[in-house]
Amino acid sequence: MSEPILRTAGLTKRFGGLSAVNNVSLDLHVGEVHAVIGPNGAGKSTLTNLLSGDLSATEGTVMFAGKNIAGLKSDVISRLGIGRSYQKTNIFLTFTVFENCRLAAQSRTPHVLRVFHRAESFVDINQQAEEAMEAAGLTARRDNIAATLSHGEQRQLEIAMCIATQPRVLLLDEPLAGMGPHESQRMIELIKALTPEHAIMLIEHDMDAVFEVAHRLTVMVNGEVIASGNPEEVRASPAVQSAYLGTVGTVGTLGNLGNSGADENEHV
Amino acid sequence: MQNLNPYRLNSSRFTNLLLAIAVVLIALFPLFDNVFYTQLISKVMIMAIFAMSLDLLVGYTGLVSFGHAAYFGLAGYALALMGPKYEAVSVWWSLPAAMAVCAAFALVVGLLVLRTRGIYFIMVTLAFAQMLYFIFHDTKLGGGSDGIYIYAKPEMKWGDTVLLNLEKIDQFYYFVLILLVLTYSLLKRILGSPFGRALLGIKVNEHRMRALGFPVFRYQLASFVLSGALAGLAGYLAAVQYGFVNPEILSWHQSGTVLMMVILGGMGTLYGPALGAFAFVILQEVMSNQAWFGPQAKHWQLVMGIIVMLVALYLPQGLAGLFRWSNKKRAVESVEANHE
Repeated sequence: MSEPILRTAGLTKRFGGLSAVNNVSLDLHVGEVHAVIGPNGAGKSTLTNLLSGDLSATEGTVMFAGKNIAGLKSDVISRLGIGRSYQKTNIFLTFTVFENCRLAAQSRTPHVLRVFHRAESFVDINQQAEEAMEAAGLTARRDNIAATLSHGEQRQLEIAMCIATQPRVLLLDEPLAGMGPHESQRMIELIKALTPEHAIMLIEHDMDAVFEVAHRLTVMVNGEVIASGNPEEVRASPAVQSAYLGTVGTVGTLGNLGNSGADENEHV
Repeated sequence: MQNLNPYRLNSSRFTNLLLAIAVVLIALFPLFDNVFYTQLISKVMIMAIFAMSLDLLVGYTGLVSFGHAAYFGLAGYALALMGPKYEAVSVWWSLPAAMAVCAAFALVVGLLVLRTRGIYFIMVTLAFAQMLYFIFHDTKLGGGSDGIYIYAKPEMKWGDTVLLNLEKIDQFYYFVLILLVLTYSLLKRILGSPFGRALLGIKVNEHRMRALGFPVFRYQLASFVLSGALAGLAGYLAAVQYGFVNPEILSWHQSGTVLMMVILGGMGTLYGPALGAFAFVILQEVMSNQAWFGPQAKHWQLVMGIIVMLVALYLPQGLAGLFRWSNKKRAVESVEANHE
């Protein structure tokens, strides 16, 4: 097996007495989707924030390409090649779709001192932005103001901006949240298309989607990892079964974990 | 599809045409040969430079500074203290030097205040400006509360030829006009560059800019320093025009006045705040005219307050919003069309 591009060891975040993330160790490999699932409040988003530098860890290490990046600021981590999307859409609402992507691409080659050149005159940046829009299926919306997009399109833009920064690791925080079935399928195809070139950490509640794209699964409950492995192993794990029964217990979720969720789309 | 961006990053041709006409009219104005009004328009143009420098922070970087008079006043004091007392100092070095002093002060202040946001940022910028005010007010450094006279106005020479004598009202007028146009063009250019776009991004969504990998603090600091230096340019010109400096030019009233000009004119447009400066100074001149309003004239600030409130209520984009009216309507239609 190849070396992981990103590896956390004993990662812990405490807010006062509460351990939101407790002793989490996981690996991300290029060419693989590592899904992190768990009930609300399990610490999944906090974990993403620790990896992206939005929060700094209380303990533990995050090794990225052989270097401990725990404690670095989010802009530094982004420039190293770790991109993230947000659970709550976090875009530049008053800019056009293109400008959102162009600005994201600009972060790689800032050209700060070229103050007499128009921002649109940099061919490489424009191309990077166009490619990201194309990949996310937003080319038709190029000149629309981001605020006028539908919810699903805004989620796509969220991912497009992330791609435009050309990361090696993608941290996707609930990319399917609030999406219709058609939009969801689009997003799933996008994630699949990105997988060969990227190491992806996917946080998602939609189990159909998770089982369709994930190569590895980590289940978190109350800030701790209760199971990790390939999807079959995790599905069979008694700890996971009882956790989902005990804390959430919705028939839909359990049903998805119990059956091979991929071909079951009725429950939504 | 047509590009219908209501928050357009570039002025339309229409606006540029109006601005060009305005510049031509201003350039022709001294032909009326009225000393009082020529000086008044000089003052307007200086305040316009000052207001544009603040707009860079408020309208384009999302930082509301309530201590911008510090840089304005500091440049005036720099001019008064740098040169020999009774001889004209050269514009060539004294103007860049005064602006450099302001940039350096803005760098120090910026390093500290940019760690705060919102209301705290407003308070801390005010605190630094007040600190400077009391340094000049309570020490002998700048002549205390009386200030200092600038006996000989700066001049610009090439060899032995005097290119520019700022004692001459017309020459000063055109010098200020050229610097106003240069400041506008420079800011316009910078704001259209990658650096300017990053500033706008920071204004709209600072958190996301950081997540995209932009070192937000450095961008804000650069903007803060540039803004301070340009406020210094305005302050230098003001000191030359009045022929003296006293602590009032860096008081918080002055910071409030320039902020009102920016709001009145419409922040985030550059020409708006320039227009705001024009409207503010002319309104002040009219309303405080005792020949017209008699003893009531001294209450001009009351009327000004009401006008600023009305503009804030009914023209949220300021006077500049009047030019964007037709444009805004089209944009709203496009938003509605997209939601169908």
